[in-house]
Amino acid sequence: MAVTFSKPHALTDDIFHYCPGCTHGIIHRLVAEVIDELGIEGKTIGIAPVGCAVLAYNYFACDMIEAAHGRAPAVATGVKRSLPDSVCFTYQGDGDLAAIGMAETVHAATRGENITVIFVNNAIYGMTGGQMAPTSLPGQVTQTTPYGRDVKLAGNPIRVCELLSSLDGVALAERVSVDNVKNVNNAKKAIKKAFQNQIDGKGYSIVEILSSCPTNWGLTPNEALQWLRDNMMPYYPLGVYKDISREVTAQ
Amino acid sequence: MAEKVLMKGNEALAEAAISAGCRHFFGYPITPQTELAAYMAKTMPKVGGVYLQAESEVAAINMVLGAASTGKRVMTSSSSPGISLKSEGISYMAGSDLPALIVNVQRGGPGLGGIQPGQADYAQATRGVGHGDARILVFSPATVQEMVDLVTTAFELGDKYRIPAMILADGMLGQMMEPVILPEKQDPASLPKKDWAAAGHEGKRKKNIINSLYLDPYLLEKTIVERQSRYKAIKAAHQMSEEVYTEDADIIVVAYGASARVSRSAVVQARAEGIKAGLLRPVTVWPYPDDAVKKLADSAKAFLAVEMSAGQMVDDVRLAVNGKRPVKFFGRTGGVIPTPNEVLEQIRALAKEVQ
Repeated sequence: MAVTFSKPHALTDDIFHYCPGCTHGIIHRLVAEVIDELGIEGKTIGIAPVGCAVLAYNYFACDMIEAAHGRAPAVATGVKRSLPDSVCFTYQGDGDLAAIGMAETVHAATRGENITVIFVNNAIYGMTGGQMAPTSLPGQVTQTTPYGRDVKLAGNPIRVCELLSSLDGVALAERVSVDNVKNVNNAKKAIKKAFQNQIDGKGYSIVEILSSCPTNWGLTPNEALQWLRDNMMPYYPLGVYKDISREVTAQ
Repeated sequence: MAEKVLMKGNEALAEAAISAGCRHFFGYPITPQTELAAYMAKTMPKVGGVYLQAESEVAAINMVLGAASTGKRVMTSSSSPGISLKSEGISYMAGSDLPALIVNVQRGGPGLGGIQPGQADYAQATRGVGHGDARILVFSPATVQEMVDLVTTAFELGDKYRIPAMILADGMLGQMMEPVILPEKQDPASLPKKDWAAAGHEGKRKKNIINSLYLDPYLLEKTIVERQSRYKAIKAAHQMSEEVYTEDADIIVVAYGASARVSRSAVVQARAEGIKAGLLRPVTVWPYPDDAVKKLADSAKAFLAVEMSAGQMVDDVRLAVNGKRPVKFFGRTGGVIPTPNEVLEQIRALAKEVQ
């Protein structure tokens, strides 16, 4: 019988612990498919974050390192400076990348560190139970903004791709989503480019993926995707913010 | 035999690390370790190595963690306030069983403290840098030559036991110049391979994971118990100390690093006055040379711990002496270096007490 669907080699047989409707599973699969297609599993070293994806070191079949909260870009820097011919990616959430790890993120980016960053933005701290994230939207209700995020008190959200696109070391900054088939296909293209850039020595590539958190948003999986479209996409427009191969900047 | 050269402690330590096959240095500027990083910045590119100035101490130690994960011989250096920032990464390295060399050229604290030499990070270094049940190897040189020699020992023992190692120096040793014989140069390619490293499996082995997370408490406990058994083996095999005039001594001065240099002068003067004083100088402060202290507690009448702190190592002396003999303390702190005369007065007073 013809095989029409199979698990990528770059994923292990471990069962994902992610909540129903969470898009981490799709994103893991896309990263693994790209690793397979580029034939780089044997020389890839992945860096897992602290957050919902903390156990990513169990799921990817390449060598893996579990970093401290927010420090994945620094760990990746150490790896890449030690093994320039390896392929090194970080997989980080919004709290990890844009709050506690923002210094490491900005400096790895501006150094043009030749790494690939998979940034999953779901506008909330998932693992700890739904606190405000640096990317939580104005007015968004979370455990730590129970009356809605008041930007006068809690400050404004951060648009990561827009911020990083101003830095010279960045080769690619693209925001994608995995809320429908077309967007999933686009996301995979962006992830593949981010890995290919590293293989070609082009510098820091980040793919920001808008993701849903049905559990902590208090919505069904379908409602969550709709919430993402209605609320996140207007604030965080999809698109290529920087691509040195296309000389394109901003929307 | 290699030629003797006159070098500043910080620079000699850097050269010794390169000789030991270290080709990766990640750091952040801080006084009084400045010359070490500057020497690395100048020399690493010439030997095909990496010098990278990080955006913070936090980033620097995590770069060290990344490089150590790939199996490379790697180091960082800092001074007291910077070590506090690095403590997160050191805890993660201890929990992930990663060897690396961390140099602390201590200054006075707490807080921003000062930039003059200090020994007030003893408790931090020996009681576990960072959170959790973890220890690191801690070496405390007293001469530039010893600083150089201990670099190779620190790298080798770190690799053998998969544990981070620290050279606990101070601003005095870092900044002073002494003649030194540098170790033979090791080719990084000749160093033992690390089969646990995350360096790409190339389809030839099972994947390696560098990790300190265990959500199952029983599993986490198991990893800690296993690590503790390595600590026990280190304690049994690698206590290092030097003794001067201790055979017939009534008064044992215990001091390490810069304090030991001062104390040695005081002990020599005390002997000239007919006081039976001796010096025990810990070279490793973790593991602490308990065995040497215990042995001397059988013969000596009293102990005097001398430190450039308000009294930290003295706790280890008391633990080893275990109430058998009186243990006194004398220290200057905040960047003040005790004088030999100050220590001598303490020895004289103690000699009268125990007569």
